[in-house]
Amino acid sequence: MTTQTVVPVLEAKGLTKRYGRVVAIDGSDLELMPGEILAVIGDNGAGKSSLIKALSGAVIPDSGEIRLDGEPVAFRNPMEARAAGIETVYQTLAVAPGLDIADNLFLGREQRRAGPLGSVFRMLDRKHMRSEAARHMSELGVATLQNIGQAVESLSGGQRQAVAVARAAAFGSKLVILDEPTAALGVKESNRVLQLIRDVRDRGLPVILISHNMPHVFEIADRIHIQRLGRRIAVITPSSHSMSDAVAIMTGAAPAPDSTGYPQDEG
Amino acid sequence: MSTSTGASTAADFDVRRHDSFGLRLQHALHANPVLGPLAVLILAIIAFSIVNTRFFAAANLSLVLLQVTVIATLALGQTMIILTAGIDLSAGAIAVFSSILMAQFCVKAGMPAVLALLLGFACGTAMGALNGMLVTRIKLPPFIVTLGTLTIFFSLNSVVSNSETVRGTDMPSLMTWTGEAIAIGNFQLSYGSIIMLLLFGFFFYALSRTAWGKHVYATGDDVEAARLAGIRTGRVLFSVYTVAGLLYAVGGWILIGRLASASPNVGTEYNLDSITAVVLGGTSLFGGRGGVIGTLIGALIVGVFRNGLQLAGVEVVWQGFAIGTLVLVAVSLDQWIRKVKG
Ligand SMILES: Nc1ncnc2c1ncn2[C@@H]1O[C@H](COP(=O)(O)OP(=O)(O)OP(=O)(O)O)[C@@H](O)[C@H]1O
Ligand SMILES: [Mg+2]
Repeated sequence: MTTQTVVPVLEAKGLTKRYGRVVAIDGSDLELMPGEILAVIGDNGAGKSSLIKALSGAVIPDSGEIRLDGEPVAFRNPMEARAAGIETVYQTLAVAPGLDIADNLFLGREQRRAGPLGSVFRMLDRKHMRSEAARHMSELGVATLQNIGQAVESLSGGQRQAVAVARAAAFGSKLVILDEPTAALGVKESNRVLQLIRDVRDRGLPVILISHNMPHVFEIADRIHIQRLGRRIAVITPSSHSMSDAVAIMTGAAPAPDSTGYPQDEG
Repeated sequence: MSTSTGASTAADFDVRRHDSFGLRLQHALHANPVLGPLAVLILAIIAFSIVNTRFFAAANLSLVLLQVTVIATLALGQTMIILTAGIDLSAGAIAVFSSILMAQFCVKAGMPAVLALLLGFACGTAMGALNGMLVTRIKLPPFIVTLGTLTIFFSLNSVVSNSETVRGTDMPSLMTWTGEAIAIGNFQLSYGSIIMLLLFGFFFYALSRTAWGKHVYATGDDVEAARLAGIRTGRVLFSVYTVAGLLYAVGGWILIGRLASASPNVGTEYNLDSITAVVLGGTSLFGGRGGVIGTLIGALIVGVFRNGLQLAGVEVVWQGFAIGTLVLVAVSLDQWIRKVKG
């Protein structure tokens, strides 16, 4: 019973978002517990991206409430969510193609030179940002990147994804959200990202991972949130259900189990 | 099956290693957009010097610089707006309006020159801010916004000036100071040109070495990506239009020195000429690509062509033809460069 008093790091209740006549999220809930990796799965158009955008301030929900560490929050833009420690890798990556890797990693939180050069002349500390960027990228094992000063548009799709993932992993201080971070990646690179997600979790940050890759989800997730037609219809765990169960629930072929995925619910 | 794939990969690889000249040129221009305009400028200077030896004389070169100073100053503001994928059709109208206002404040209202100057700058800034507000708040396309404000500012010019020209000799010397020059040998460097060059230096720094500059590029590149990455894109856009307005007003001050008067009947061509300079300088109309150094080169290209063609004895009407052709070439080149593969 004591586990039930644990306050979710992030909790959403009854979130709704309409685009004209399209209901992208239809009263969706979500809970992210401390230190867990929560996978979010669902068909195309199930409202996964819309849901996490509502959590990251990129979209303002029409109704519903969001709590961070139990406190109600209402982010008006992505900056406010970032300031609260929520880092997001969007499905569209949100990188500036013309800027280089280092500039992209530090976009919106550039570091200035020490002393009057920084405070008066606002000069960026490019050397520091580049070496930091190189360090973050090498943690991801993207060894094929010769030059941290290379424009992002000259990178492959997978390398761009790595830039976005490295940015989120480097700056997340409360939780990290990743929307299909391995979609464009090769096997080796995907494994690196999965490892990075575990590293982030081991650092104590919970992670929300959206993915269509069931083996990845079942390998890494602590709990699996199933989204269908704009709603959370079930939360399962890799141990309580099989991949085919998950797919059946996701597609509506099987009824949703009455479970929140918490261990205590099953015992 | 597998052997054929292997063979085709090897062939692809071979093709890449022996990139055609065109492909390598495309990559070089993509990585460094200033190269193209710089080559055009140097070739034009060489060509015109051969055609007429008077072209390369110091006195003539200082004339070229003097002739492009106002346009270059306006094009500086225009560059930053175009970098955000916007456009400003009202640049010249703001410059002319500010110049008239400064002159009227001095001559009709009898204000001290410094105060009149600052009020003129403030007015240009406010006009730029109005453009910025309409673009960011009401979310109208920059083309439409500035087409509207162009027309409004232009009609205000006649109202404020009473359709009269104020002569430079009637103004305090500070107002026409920008037209005075210091001599470096036979080269006459006007104070207006010095101000213009200093402004280019300042904004080169701001765009390439500060966070604001990075945000301008990111916003122009992909506004939604920039927003998601945590940039206040509305503020960036507003700041760009506002700063441009101030630059246009400074251009208006330089204009008074250049013409030794403040007149509502000048500057109709400045709106488009400032865009011409930006485009010739290799800044992409689609945003996010280019910079102010290119624009300075672009403005010089316009000046060199006009002056060089004149010295070569080409009739004035054909100058426009030549510049127009250059613009089309520059825009086509930009399209081609943007198609570069990663
Ligand atoms: N900006 C928008 N304007 C209009 N409709 C939108 C917008 N964003 C999302 N939608 C609609 O909302 C619904 C949910 O979209 P969403 O992107 O959240 O799905 P998803 O679960 O992330 O799908 P996928 O797996 O394909 O990424 C879709 O029907 C989509 O068309
Ligand atoms: Mg999605």
